[in-house]
Amino acid sequence: MTYTRRETLVLGASSIAMLAVAPAAFAATTDEEIAAFTGGAAAGEGGIEIGAPEIAENGNVVPVEVTAPGAEEIMLLATGNPSPTVCKVKFGPAAGSQRVSTRIRLAKTQDVLAMARMGDGSFVQATRTVKVTIGGCGG
Amino acid sequence: MAASKPRVKVPGSAKAGEAFTIKTLISHPMESGLRKDKQGNPIPRKIINRFTCDFNGTNVIDMEMHGAVSANPYIEFDAVIDAAGEFTFNWYDDDGSVYTASKAIKLA
Repeated sequence: MTYTRRETLVLGASSIAMLAVAPAAFAATTDEEIAAFTGGAAAGEGGIEIGAPEIAENGNVVPVEVTAPGAEEIMLLATGNPSPTVCKVKFGPAAGSQRVSTRIRLAKTQDVLAMARMGDGSFVQATRTVKVTIGGCGG
Repeated sequence: MAASKPRVKVPGSAKAGEAFTIKTLISHPMESGLRKDKQGNPIPRKIINRFTCDFNGTNVIDMEMHGAVSANPYIEFDAVIDAAGEFTFNWYDDDGSVYTASKAIKLA
């Protein structure tokens, strides 16, 4: 498929417009996800840890480990991704520890946020900045 | 596309009450729905949206996944057992198919 000069200009302009609108929309969804998870309750610090590399060479495959002893459910958010929710993990009675390790996509350098709902109904959260040199999410 | 092939790593035996690690990997493109093909058309989303692991019917882990999980999802977690039995693993695809694996374990 070939583009005329005019079509190319239009495409370029519309993609710039998309970029300008995007960041505000992304931030809102992160807050919404957190509110939906906690039901509006404030989250404390401590008792949850994120293990992730400081610099990820390839944003398509970033190893992340979340440990939250005593948690019932863990939610992992990539705050700078087009859709921030990465995964939600529920631990059953046969779980040996409240730890999960997986590989995720990060679109760009951003904060990874983990929240846990503890057995007593309280919430804790932790964040960790990961520098990404090549973005995931088809960037 | 080749059929998704699950692989699980479970120790052959474990001591009662002692936590051990389970590793799982499944081949799957995890197409996020955000990418576009060469003609600029969006590629439809096709991901595994849920993963569960049970031991003799008792839940170990239940994971809801979104587009930000990497291709060929790798999941590592811990389990604890008090009797011999079988772990069953289920991966739920967006298209409705379920990939299953199971692994027996003995008491040490």
